[in-house]
Amino acid sequence: MYEVNKTEPFWWGLFSLGGVVAALFVPIHIIMVGFLSAEAVGYHQMVALVGNPLIKLYLFTLVSLPLFHAAHRLRFALKDLGLKVAGGLLGVFLYGGAVFGTMVAAYIVATLP
Amino acid sequence: MKQPEPEYTYPTYHRPIPATWWLRDRKYFLFMMRELSSFFIAVFLLIYLYGLSLLSKGQAAYGQFQETLRSGGFTLFFVVAFIFAVYHSWTWWSIMGKVQVVRLGDHKVPERVITAVALAGWVVASAVVLFVFTR
Repeated sequence: MYEVNKTEPFWWGLFSLGGVVAALFVPIHIIMVGFLSAEAVGYHQMVALVGNPLIKLYLFTLVSLPLFHAAHRLRFALKDLGLKVAGGLLGVFLYGGAVFGTMVAAYIVATLP
Repeated sequence: MKQPEPEYTYPTYHRPIPATWWLRDRKYFLFMMRELSSFFIAVFLLIYLYGLSLLSKGQAAYGQFQETLRSGGFTLFFVVAFIFAVYHSWTWWSIMGKVQVVRLGDHKVPERVITAVALAGWVVASAVVLFVFTR
């Protein structure tokens, strides 16, 4: 008997969106956080920015969607590496982690000053 | 999350595949690096999210965090994460022409053109983010 997982297109859709967001925006954010001077992306600059609801939405999207992208990729990579986890536990753990990360991101971004 | 695999009622032979199969061939290796890039991107974003949460704790806490990120260990992480992130972007835009077929009337836009437009979009997006977020 074949058992087809009907939620697969949903997770794939999030994977795909996350891939686009990561490809477009993550490298420049790594440069800003990791290599630019602290003053260039300083406290007052950031607080002024996050006062804008559009920036809040952007930051939430920037963090959330690539988490689903990573969950999807790691799920299949670990399977390809021979990791055998009973039933759908690996998927539950990874996608669940992305959902949890999304909720934390929503809370943090929503409560920014 | 069960994959569609036939279940046999009798013993079947499975060729053993070592966990190091991806080290045997350059293409397999690059495939695994592409998959691994998502892990470094996710870790970076969690660090970034933590930094955002510190904005609520005031200037001192955020400044302290920024200083911590300038340590050798974090700098090494950012270098590695940046290489992986750029590799993800490069592979993502490279397959764009195959994933997203664009037709203008009867004419099919060549894959290379789609990839070139995507790469240009990436540069523009990066410039806009840099402009908005820095002073």
